[in-house]
Amino acid sequence: MTSQSKPLGLWPLVATVVLLAMPYVLSTYHLGLVVQMMIFALFAMSLDLLIGYTGMPSLGHTAYFGISAYTTALLALRLNLNAWLALPAGLVLAALTASLFGLLALRTRGSYFLMITLALSQVVWGIAFGWRSLTGGDDGLPDVPRPALGLHLPWSLADSTPFYYFTLLLVAVATFLLVGIVTSPFGYALRGIRESETRMLALGYNVWRYKLTAFVLAALFAGLAGSLYAYYNRFVSPDYLNVARSAEVLLMVILGGAGTLIGPAVGAVLIVFLENVISAYTERWLLALGVIYVVVSLFAPSGLIGLLRHIRSRRATP
Amino acid sequence: MNFWLIQTLNGISFGMLLFLLAAGLSLIFGLMKVLNLTHGSFYLLGGYVGLTILHLSGSFVLAVLVGSLAIAAIGVIMERFFLRRLHLQELPQALLTFGFLFIFSDLATVIWGTNPQTIPKPAIFSGALQFDGFFYPSYRLFIIVLGLIIAGALWWLQDGTRLGAMLRASVDDEEIARALGINVSLLFTLVFGFGAFLAALGGVMGGPIVGVYPGADFDVMLLGFVVVIIGGLGSFKGALIGGLAVGLLDNFGKVFFPELALFTIFAPMAVILALRPAGLFGRE
Amino acid sequence: MTALTINNLSRHFGGLQAVSNVSFTVEVGERRLMIGPNGAGKTTLFNMLAGALPVSAGRVVLFGRDITLLPAYARARMGIARTFQITNLFPRLTVRDNLVLALLAAENAVRSRHRPVSANHSLMHHATRLLDKWDLSAIAGKDAKDIAYGEQRQIDLVLALAAQPKILLLDEPTAGLSAAEVVRVVGMIRSLPRDITILMIEHDMDVAFELADRVSVLHQGHLIAEGDVEAIRNHPQVREIYLGVDDE
Repeated sequence: MTSQSKPLGLWPLVATVVLLAMPYVLSTYHLGLVVQMMIFALFAMSLDLLIGYTGMPSLGHTAYFGISAYTTALLALRLNLNAWLALPAGLVLAALTASLFGLLALRTRGSYFLMITLALSQVVWGIAFGWRSLTGGDDGLPDVPRPALGLHLPWSLADSTPFYYFTLLLVAVATFLLVGIVTSPFGYALRGIRESETRMLALGYNVWRYKLTAFVLAALFAGLAGSLYAYYNRFVSPDYLNVARSAEVLLMVILGGAGTLIGPAVGAVLIVFLENVISAYTERWLLALGVIYVVVSLFAPSGLIGLLRHIRSRRATP
Repeated sequence: MNFWLIQTLNGISFGMLLFLLAAGLSLIFGLMKVLNLTHGSFYLLGGYVGLTILHLSGSFVLAVLVGSLAIAAIGVIMERFFLRRLHLQELPQALLTFGFLFIFSDLATVIWGTNPQTIPKPAIFSGALQFDGFFYPSYRLFIIVLGLIIAGALWWLQDGTRLGAMLRASVDDEEIARALGINVSLLFTLVFGFGAFLAALGGVMGGPIVGVYPGADFDVMLLGFVVVIIGGLGSFKGALIGGLAVGLLDNFGKVFFPELALFTIFAPMAVILALRPAGLFGRE
Repeated sequence: MTALTINNLSRHFGGLQAVSNVSFTVEVGERRLMIGPNGAGKTTLFNMLAGALPVSAGRVVLFGRDITLLPAYARARMGIARTFQITNLFPRLTVRDNLVLALLAAENAVRSRHRPVSANHSLMHHATRLLDKWDLSAIAGKDAKDIAYGEQRQIDLVLALAAQPKILLLDEPTAGLSAAEVVRVVGMIRSLPRDITILMIEHDMDVAFELADRVSVLHQGHLIAEGDVEAIRNHPQVREIYLGVDDE
């Protein structure tokens, strides 16, 4: 890791205890908020893999969030498939789409890559919006059943506490995997690619293959977040795929601090929180969000984690 | 036969609006390496301001002029005081332009409401042109002609003037252009403002046929990207050919495959990306 | 035994012919210096050898195998390592992590692919040993962007050496260094074992003649002279194009 990372100490333990205890302390409404925070934390971390670790400015990441959501929802709704099939199916479709889009987009870099990834994801939005017979179009897919596990358990995932633990489990496993990826040789290679592609090539790394793999991996995790969100909301619509969603997840990554995994997770928590608070007082959430974007882009491009490190280093060298 | 002619002309006239949008987008991208996500807002605001000016003054010409120039001014301010600080930082630029996109989008609904509106056609073009039993709205023909004139003017500007030469030099190599004494910063501001001008012009001109409605910014933005991807970046020719192509694809797509309309645009875009990532006329 | 052969290598950029019909052979263990004025095409040639630039014409043969169409990363895996004229490290990673990346590329153990890098003790020790060997342990924990320029050039070299290459392409390793730093880097290069073949671009004539077994001289894209140090030093055309060569 870079010179700035330090051992996390007791924080993971504290976080685990707190998260496990949530259903006993929070109301159903607030518990639902925490579920959303976890889902979007996962979504943001998946994008961080691309933006923060590999240096690939992907603007269309919500395509995989949405495709997995729609796939899972459709399979659960129309074919009554249980979660063991519907959820992985969503991931598979997300991965396939990412492979296709990656093949197309990875021939470009920088701002051009930005545009192409956004355009591709907006085409997916357009298809979801226009293909009424399949996706319900603008009306979306209501009444998505909560995940059926096919097991005879004393509680139902239709209730908020069991679903909370279900989400917590999946997000925790996914986070564990993500941490494993970024600390592995593969994760190191991604960072090398971010810092200098030409050097990586000179050292013998097949950079293109690493980038495509990262692209598909990131899509898998985004897809998991999307399917979870579909199950949570019991509703999927083209809003899962719109520009606002693409922008929002980017903000979460940058606000939190790209390249740290925890930064984007914190960013997601913050944005979900803010959205709920601001929406309660005004309809102008989009306007407020826009202002936040402008402010963050101008004054905090390294995000909260960057700010924290800056403060810590200023304190260390008086 | 008439059906095909009508649809083709519809596609071409819409394509001209896309050309106006994409020309600015392409120019801004080619010169400043900025993906201007606010470009759709310029289109939208141009339409809305034009609408208001028309209501206040009754003059279509005034609506076009004021609409385009007002938005150009907004563009200049946005570049000079905000965008300029993020030179070559793609992600903060994306955040910033997203931010303005949402701000403008929301403000537009506050100021002009959420109902879709149209700009009435100017009296001289409110009728149809008749040719051998064939009728076609003269306003759409006017758009086609105007689009060609503007394309010609841009061509002349790029290839025949000193300003164009400075522009091409700066696109090719910004550092050397600066070293040669070209005021690249001023050029950036002018180009951004000009791009906004063109987009807003498209917004006002498009008002009578496409309407002015919340969400138009996002709709045209996507089409603008597709035009630039197909036509190539940094090239007016690409913006024109790409615009016409997408206009026709979009129109015929809606006619024959209404549910999958966007797919008819996606397929050619994917083909271009696969075979020629720089676009048909891209310089890179 | 021949390490590297290039046949009629050419490269043009539009109308500009950067490298014209260059051919030569480098033996295993040889120290071949490439000299020539600015714009002679030396770095272009290098980039073609490393696979960073496709050739316009000609062939590159490494240990008997035609690698002309092989991409850069594949050549690296075959044993070619290179340094860069303009420093090309991983700026926001520590010096140690820079090295780790170089070592990971050469590492073949599948077992270690899924474990955290920090748990790979043999790798971390290897990195530490390498830094110790070249007396660079002091900067191990610093970010590459924060170390002195001279140290950056040294790390540039160490990165290329990490994977134990068979052929080393050095692009002006002493550029911009102080006299003391030049001595250090030359010492590093001189201490390299003879199973490594070295092809080096150099502007400093003293350094070039000190290290070279043979010298190839490029001028305006053409190979105009080749021979041992004495032959080149006295070569009339070489003396002509080089102003300021010491008359000894």
